[in-house]
Amino acid sequence: MTTIRVTTEVNGDRVEFLADPRETLLDVLRDKLGLTGSKEGCGTGDCGACSVLLDGRLVSSCLVLGVEAEGRKVETIEGMAPGEELHPLQRKFLEHAALQCGFCTPGFLVASKALLERNPDPTEEEVRYWLAGNLCRCTGYDKIVRAVLDAAAEMRGAG
Amino acid sequence: MAKDDVKQAYKLVGTRVLRPDGLDKVTGRARYGADFAMPGMLYGAVARSPHAHARIVSIDASKALALDGVKAVVTRADLPEGLTGEDWNLQENAMAGEVALYDGHAVAAVAATSALLAKDAARLIEVDYEVLPHVTDVDEAMKPDAPVIRPGAADHTVPDGMPPNVVKYFEFGRGDVEAGFAQADLVRERTYRTEATHQGYIEPQACVGQLGSDGKGEMWVTTQGQWYVRKMCADLLGLGVAQLRVTPSEIGGGFGGKTTVFMEPLSLALSRKAGGRPVKLVMDRAEVLRATGPTASASMDVKIGMKADGTMTAARAEFRMQGGAFPGSPVNEALECAFAPYKLAAVEHIGYDVLANRPKAAAYRAPGAPMGAFAAESLIDEMARELGLDPIELRLLNVVEEGDRSSYGPKFKRIGLREVLEATKVHPNFSVPLGPNQGRGVATGFWFNYNGDTSVSMAIAEDGTAQVAVGTPDIGGGRASIGLMVAETLGVPYEAVRINVVETGALGINEPTHGSRATFATGKAAVLATEQATREMCRRAAADWGIDPDAVEWVEGAAQPAGPNAGKFPPMSIAEIAGNMSNTGGPIAGHWEGVPRGVGASFGTHVADVEVDPETGRVTVLRYLVVQDAGRAIQPDYVEGQYQGGAVQGIGWALNEGYVYGADGRLQNAGFLDYRIPVASDLPMIDTVIVEVPNPGHPFGVRGVGETGITPPLPAIANAVAAATGVRLADLPMNPPRVLAAIRSRMDD
Repeated sequence: MTTIRVTTEVNGDRVEFLADPRETLLDVLRDKLGLTGSKEGCGTGDCGACSVLLDGRLVSSCLVLGVEAEGRKVETIEGMAPGEELHPLQRKFLEHAALQCGFCTPGFLVASKALLERNPDPTEEEVRYWLAGNLCRCTGYDKIVRAVLDAAAEMRGAG
Repeated sequence: MAKDDVKQAYKLVGTRVLRPDGLDKVTGRARYGADFAMPGMLYGAVARSPHAHARIVSIDASKALALDGVKAVVTRADLPEGLTGEDWNLQENAMAGEVALYDGHAVAAVAATSALLAKDAARLIEVDYEVLPHVTDVDEAMKPDAPVIRPGAADHTVPDGMPPNVVKYFEFGRGDVEAGFAQADLVRERTYRTEATHQGYIEPQACVGQLGSDGKGEMWVTTQGQWYVRKMCADLLGLGVAQLRVTPSEIGGGFGGKTTVFMEPLSLALSRKAGGRPVKLVMDRAEVLRATGPTASASMDVKIGMKADGTMTAARAEFRMQGGAFPGSPVNEALECAFAPYKLAAVEHIGYDVLANRPKAAAYRAPGAPMGAFAAESLIDEMARELGLDPIELRLLNVVEEGDRSSYGPKFKRIGLREVLEATKVHPNFSVPLGPNQGRGVATGFWFNYNGDTSVSMAIAEDGTAQVAVGTPDIGGGRASIGLMVAETLGVPYEAVRINVVETGALGINEPTHGSRATFATGKAAVLATEQATREMCRRAAADWGIDPDAVEWVEGAAQPAGPNAGKFPPMSIAEIAGNMSNTGGPIAGHWEGVPRGVGASFGTHVADVEVDPETGRVTVLRYLVVQDAGRAIQPDYVEGQYQGGAVQGIGWALNEGYVYGADGRLQNAGFLDYRIPVASDLPMIDTVIVEVPNPGHPFGVRGVGETGITPPLPAIANAVAAATGVRLADLPMNPPRVLAAIRSRMDD
């Protein structure tokens, strides 16, 4: 089995790993780098539980090969609150009880952060369509959408 | 105003506190099933049948075993023989014996040093199949010439002369239904069908299993019930139950589908064969859909008689359900729930549990009840429209109340269906004007709720904070609700209590988080355990004061003399008692084991507003209202969450979801792209009303809220589509092609 040496940046840290060319970025994050916050719900890009930012762009890490991370910047849920302060989205998800089992939550948070970075004042419909690539089976999305809208309002106020 | 027996004013119960496991879950730290790794761990993969029904002629694993890094292969030959009943069913489902019974049925498993290698090796396992005729549809499976899935599988309930795939038969009721129909002004009879749906939890099954040649083992697993996993795995592998120690991970959804085992026993079998190294098994989504329990598919006849004013005179249901190649479809529960909201003097139920070449059904949120409600509530709605009656008034006319005999037998205790219907009637959603191609549907649903084996242990720490060991995994806020109840009972802040979901070695047996039981049963047990600890703390104070322990009571986190005759002593706080406990008799703890009595049934009514596109057949949900009796909402956010989540699963079942089998008996939509669960852009906000008619059988009035919410949506949506289009769809899902065909058939008339 041939492995390829990859150098990349994850949550601001330079990391190196050896990847089988068939391994996905999600496999690498979870199994090689110990970043198990990104979840595998489908492995086919349908559920969004593995959402990460790759050079600032929202991707399903199960659809990216580990070797494709070479020289790129990866941001995962583990990098969302590097200190003691939570990101406003994380805080609002807690306050609105926008999670039940919590398994889809990291993907929703990463996707929501990407939304608010490009659209700080989304409508409910824009939130719903942006998050249509993230599946949640527990909540019916109601409290998730409210949490994102409330976080957006707070972040606009703070800005 | 008269007060209920249940205490009304609480400091903590009913408040919207943050969940104690929340921080871990928004930061990615929470560990789910696939997040565990152990030193020396191997990775497993499962080889599965591509055929719906096939005799296994031979299995050759030599090529797989020849790969560098492959450590073990197991087949059915590695599992003990001689199991009977449900143990045999579970073992046969975990690993096929002589015959593969459905597309996706496991036939062999392999352990290797990496996940990729294990998958490669599984593909190299050569299985020689002799393909057999198959059947996947319930009505087809009941035909006399249908392929027989397991001769002799019928139990004692099945009368002679039934088709061979009928394995259980149910018949119950009371009164003279024929006389009831004769008294009616309107009698209607219809047939309804629902397709199998999957629980659709986003986290696939995952575990790490370790088993030594000494018969001792450990497992880390995502499950609703670690003691169920322990018992099932031990039975399937021939181990002593207590020799296996099972630790539950955080759980990424279950909805009933994680109350049983699928590949979990295989990780132990692989581990034993690989010298006791831990083996990790994680399903992919296709495996989840093909080989873990969906719910049953159903074919249902319903007949109802009504007077012109809407009074129901008699009802009859005959339901057929297939739950895969094993007994256990929820046909009995479907029958019991179908007419439960109504007072009926004459009612008859007949049910057939049927085998088909599909995966073994598992529980799915209120098993059977959504199908039964779809059939019964669709017909009631059709008859209400024919008689020109308001759907709420019709239900109020026939409503069951305390003391009434239920359609399935027992008398109801205090229930809140009338209160639910009254609250629905006055909700603003119920009077929003509708436009063209829009319709409003109303339906009611029921679930029994449940108690089950429950063990809880709690202890007071040195500073007066408290720890509680519970056995029901937290699947949607359970730690928060149990923490609130314990803190309220103890008279301490919510933050002073830590709820720990513990492994099987730490408590007596517990049933899973199922049956809407955790807040009821674990909550009640936790309160009783806490009261044992507060009694002990009263004794410690009494000893210090030199008075009779009966003269001390526990009030707001402190022991104090009960009344003026007990003596004059300042209250002794929990912190003071706890800080001194080593000198006053040692540890202070409480525990409770048993089956908590006093289950309170619950009802809900949903109102769906939909718009149907007459050109495409697409149904859009415009507005959705859930009104349900919680008994008591301990943490209202999570009660609302259960209502909303249940409603949306039901909306998916009504409109999109369903297993699609090809003529070859293979599942055609084994992925989230084609098995389409609702996404955020499909839905409006889900409005909720929490009705609280306290359950006198629980210290805080809890009934349980998890399941009732999925019972009304199927008929509520169907009734709304009928109102919008003028045509009634009797088959689910009501996807665009079906709705369009129904609209066009109406135009052709």
